[in-house]
Amino acid sequence: MFESKSGVLFIAGLLFFAIAFLSNAVLPALMYQHLEEKTAEQLVNANLRYQFEDLAQRFPESFKEHIGTPPEEEEKAAEWYDEQCADMLRLGRDIYVGEGCWHCHSQFVRPVSNESERFGPVARSEEYQNELQRPVLFGTRRVGPDLSRESGRRSSDWHAVHFFKPTDLSPGSPMPEYPWFFDGDPAKPNRRGLALLTYVQWLGSWLDSYPYYEDYEESAIAQLERRADDEAREAATAGDEPEGEKANEELTDE
Amino acid sequence: MTTQSNAAEQTPHQTVPNHAELVDERIVCWYFFAALIFFFASLAGGFLMAFQLIRHNPLNGIEFFSPGRWRMVHTNAIAYGFLANAFLGMLHWVVPRLTLKPVLDKRLSWFIFAAWQVVVGATAVGILIGHAQGLEWGETPVWIDPLAQVGLLLVAINFMAPIISQQGPIYVTLWYFIAAFIWTFLTYAMGNFVPQYCVSGSSAGAVGGLFIHDLVGLFVTPLGWGMMYYFVPIMLKKPIWSHGLSLVGFWGLAFFYPLQGIHHFLYTPIPMFLQYGAVMSTIAVELVVMTVVINFFGTIWGDGKAFWENLPIRYFYTGMVFYFITCAQCALQVTLTFQQLIHFSDWVVGHAHLVMFGVFSMWLLGVMTYLFPRLLKKEWYSRTMCEWHFWMSAGGLAVMALDLTLAGLFQGWSWMGLEPWEHSIEVSQPFWVTRIFAGMAMALAQVIFLCNLYMTWAKSPAKVEEPTGAPATA
Repeated sequence: MFESKSGVLFIAGLLFFAIAFLSNAVLPALMYQHLEEKTAEQLVNANLRYQFEDLAQRFPESFKEHIGTPPEEEEKAAEWYDEQCADMLRLGRDIYVGEGCWHCHSQFVRPVSNESERFGPVARSEEYQNELQRPVLFGTRRVGPDLSRESGRRSSDWHAVHFFKPTDLSPGSPMPEYPWFFDGDPAKPNRRGLALLTYVQWLGSWLDSYPYYEDYEESAIAQLERRADDEAREAATAGDEPEGEKANEELTDE
Repeated sequence: MTTQSNAAEQTPHQTVPNHAELVDERIVCWYFFAALIFFFASLAGGFLMAFQLIRHNPLNGIEFFSPGRWRMVHTNAIAYGFLANAFLGMLHWVVPRLTLKPVLDKRLSWFIFAAWQVVVGATAVGILIGHAQGLEWGETPVWIDPLAQVGLLLVAINFMAPIISQQGPIYVTLWYFIAAFIWTFLTYAMGNFVPQYCVSGSSAGAVGGLFIHDLVGLFVTPLGWGMMYYFVPIMLKKPIWSHGLSLVGFWGLAFFYPLQGIHHFLYTPIPMFLQYGAVMSTIAVELVVMTVVINFFGTIWGDGKAFWENLPIRYFYTGMVFYFITCAQCALQVTLTFQQLIHFSDWVVGHAHLVMFGVFSMWLLGVMTYLFPRLLKKEWYSRTMCEWHFWMSAGGLAVMALDLTLAGLFQGWSWMGLEPWEHSIEVSQPFWVTRIFAGMAMALAQVIFLCNLYMTWAKSPAKVEEPTGAPATA
């Protein structure tokens, strides 16, 4: 059996694969069956809507050109914003995937390694139960920071400039430039740029802790390093004084 | 070895068809050429990203050369362009010679060849125009997935035909190949369709992890080991050390390997008991791997000279050493303790290079080194260039893997110590610069290989030592 065609084919090839698929894939799917999968429309919340309308304020011309003008009537305008916002979320997610953002930025906060101090609340299953997480964008590498609690932390202006030329805001950043999200100027995001801004401002907008700012104490090591730096600087300035005089003073004191 | 090859040895020239009837050498060649072309595409992607990381990317800000997109080309070109093409070329040599039956249909073979290049080429183009799918190692745009799926089915049919015709117990290599044909088809289907169309969120993460893992474990690994079980005994002219260990190795891998996918997403919202399960089975498979490695070192025992004199053997055993290192590393890094520190860091990137380049690419380059003289009917133009190809590939990879592993530790400590984010970037710079130089050595090695190949092809035909046993015995 262990060396026969059918043994290899049916037991190793099909049976063992099936066991793994049932235990590692079907089981979690069944466990989360009760969680409703949200559509992009259902994901539009008040925080995100605020950010989206904020885009219309900050980039009025671009918004008008690439997304449109809301209807005059207030109720219809609200509906219109909701619809557009959901569309932009979907497009923004496609761009986030297509540009490979998720290969350098994760979207989950672990309960270890001080991550909840740096990024915010630890990730929970229900956060990922929506159409924008098909396939889920947990990510496996962090060149840049986690983005799952990014919403509201920085303004859309900041993000626009950062996408256009990251080093203008984060000197030394290895993040590539994305001028193709703009019509030649960080003040003029195009449809793709507006979509990505919407998407980034969505990440974490559903949390009670919104907006989550980095809120952590300076670590012991960082404190030591800073103190060492300060001392070195003091020593350097002290060293500027002519040493002879100092020695003389000491002598006279005695 | 099995009764199969013993029987063949006892009746040498009776019913054994000759090599030319079995193997279509041209298609082997073409697969190898295609593989090498995609290898260079992958190298280009790696360099773009590497230069971006050290902040000296001359092409920064050009959409078509976006490092983010090329990073995906980098991994996909290696998996589907280099490894898959080279494996298919190898299969066209090994399967007919081992079964003494040609593949199902030679026209089908050529159709598959053309179709596969379309699939891989379209994947590259699709990714470069921004249509990637959000699944690691499976960024192939969703509109290509069904085509790739059909391609994999045809591959399985084409090679299973001669294998099915075998009577009685079959040789180890064929266990691995049969399993690989089925697993690759199932893995691709599972990974590319389930998390896209059936489930989302944490469940999709579980399937995604399973896919990343199975692609290496159930497509690349079985084809690689099957290939080793075929070439190593032929080149050393003696059977595998222990048939029993071969059995343990295969069945252990078949059972434990598919259970581990979730270990790629430890500390995610995926249920903790599933994460523990994945960790346990990962450690279990490392023990199984030990048996396979022991088996191969038992085989070469007493023939140590072959390691230095026989270049393909050197490639194979170097790959096995890297494999052992990878797996030993894996048993440690999969634990939750290690994960706290090294997850998300360059440690993992180093690990991936160790497997994909150090093991499987080295093995396939070894197979090419062995087969090209037989395919072109000429000795290598320059043995020295072959040596350079080996040492620069192996040396470059060793430096890169060590470098990235260390970088991962420093990054992990920086993050854990709540240093400002920029600190982890600055700390990485010397490592990233070193990585570029290691990568350059590896790339230059392949350029030397290409030059050597061209010179070999261009030189006048000469007699070549016949591959082991003119009748296709082994």
